[in-house]
Amino acid sequence: MKIRWSLMPYSIWMLIFVLVPMSLVFIFSFTSSSSGFTFENIVEAGKYSSVFLRSIVLGAVSTLICLVLGYPAAYSISKLSVKRQNVFIMLLMIPMWTSFLLRTYAWMTLLEYNGLINKFISFLGFSKFNMINTPGAVVLGMVYNFLPYMILPIYTVLTKIDKKVIEAAEDLGAGKAKVFTKVIFPLSIPGIISGFTMVFVPSVSTFIISKMLGGGSILVIGDLIEMQFLGNTYNPYLGSCISLILMIIIMICTGIMNCLGSENVKDENLVM
Amino acid sequence: MKIISKIYIYLIFIFLYLPIFVFMIFSFNNSKSRVLWHGFTFKWYLKLFENQEILSAFYNTLIIGGVSACIATVLGLVASIGIVKSKKLTKKVIMNLTNIPLINPEIVTGVSLMLMFVFLYKNLGIFKPGLITLICAHTTFCLPYAILSIMPKLRQTDSNIYEAAQDLGCNQMQAFFKVVLPQIMPGIITGFIMSFTMSIDDFVISYFTGGTTQTLPITVYSMTRKMVSPEINALSSMLFFTVFILLLIVNFRKEKGKPLGVHKM
Repeated sequence: MKIRWSLMPYSIWMLIFVLVPMSLVFIFSFTSSSSGFTFENIVEAGKYSSVFLRSIVLGAVSTLICLVLGYPAAYSISKLSVKRQNVFIMLLMIPMWTSFLLRTYAWMTLLEYNGLINKFISFLGFSKFNMINTPGAVVLGMVYNFLPYMILPIYTVLTKIDKKVIEAAEDLGAGKAKVFTKVIFPLSIPGIISGFTMVFVPSVSTFIISKMLGGGSILVIGDLIEMQFLGNTYNPYLGSCISLILMIIIMICTGIMNCLGSENVKDENLVM
Repeated sequence: MKIISKIYIYLIFIFLYLPIFVFMIFSFNNSKSRVLWHGFTFKWYLKLFENQEILSAFYNTLIIGGVSACIATVLGLVASIGIVKSKKLTKKVIMNLTNIPLINPEIVTGVSLMLMFVFLYKNLGIFKPGLITLICAHTTFCLPYAILSIMPKLRQTDSNIYEAAQDLGCNQMQAFFKVVLPQIMPGIITGFIMSFTMSIDDFVISYFTGGTTQTLPITVYSMTRKMVSPEINALSSMLFFTVFILLLIVNFRKEKGKPLGVHKM
């Protein structure tokens, strides 16, 4: 393999700032401050299995809700005129690029016990109820933050579907429902898979959303990692090990999704 | 059916924009209350500019964003030229390398860089967590975006024109700077703006690699934990408009009539 000089600066940069740090995570996972090679971090991390499970469940639930809410939205947008499509997609991207910290903070003030939503509910004559610091609030935060990441890839795939294919199905006698279930939906699966990855990965690894909307009572993987590196229990060895496990969980989950998807789809080039 | 789908789209967008409008409106509220309206005021914006902590964090954010976007764009440009010219296998290896920061969860990228910086600082005394480490970290996660903006433009350019320029007496450097560069300029500018936006917006990676150096998102985070101040609302509104304007610029640079693509991934 011949490497061009123009690739050198980039390769060196990525080597130092991507590959070396990733290897360090791997090495630290299997060492401890006192001894050399050890498995004790994995044993230690095993004690937090309930936290891992909670993260996966919260991430999966949010991803599913994003899909259920996002697919019809993407479909509806793709049916509009090109000019309006551009306006809506632009509007969709603006919140994506504004700090998620601030958007989550805004929800914090909305969901508070004395916040705007409860004020509105009591104005309507119902009694206030506790919304913040519940798993529901965390899921809401995730759905709110990552919904655009589900809509965009599905929308992109839907707009790329050849109109002739749909017309052909209609000519062959398929009704509207049949065209959707037999033609449009199967062709949009690559978008769903890429949306799944783009929503699931950040929701399963977040620590801010759970901290702000869960009030510290709902511990997720991200919180564990943060605690090991910046919290009171400084232990980069355990932290690295949990990071490694997080990466493996994500690889397995996206791997399963890709397998499920590729049964239906042959042309993977459709996804970006 | 059409009406229903229209209503649905509007509901989704109300959901997406409701919190943003709420913090914008309350940034003008003449009281610390986040629920009741006490009249219109600009005082939180004025207070913001007297807050030394926020101002210094703002400068840090701008410096880090500017420097890392510049490095990422230049490195990305050189790398894109290399990638476009190289053979299939090399291309595949390099693109996989490029995808690592995109696929990895932010927290893992942040933690891995922190491990390395702390390790290097303890053992060699270099890379003290601070401005330099932040710039390195930001450049790293901006690089893929720079490459993904520049490379498609480079692919579109006709290599015959580059050769024609050389036939007409340009040396390689002149042919590149006078002929190829102007053609791919839109991609370069998009790459720069995207890198800059990503950088000023980043919290997670800065949180782990910044040491005690504050950037704006980190200051916002500590503010949300300490106390609730309407200054945050004012700051949020200003940041929102900054990003809004940058995005408008990026999108107006795109060709007309073409639906906007997904940049991420």
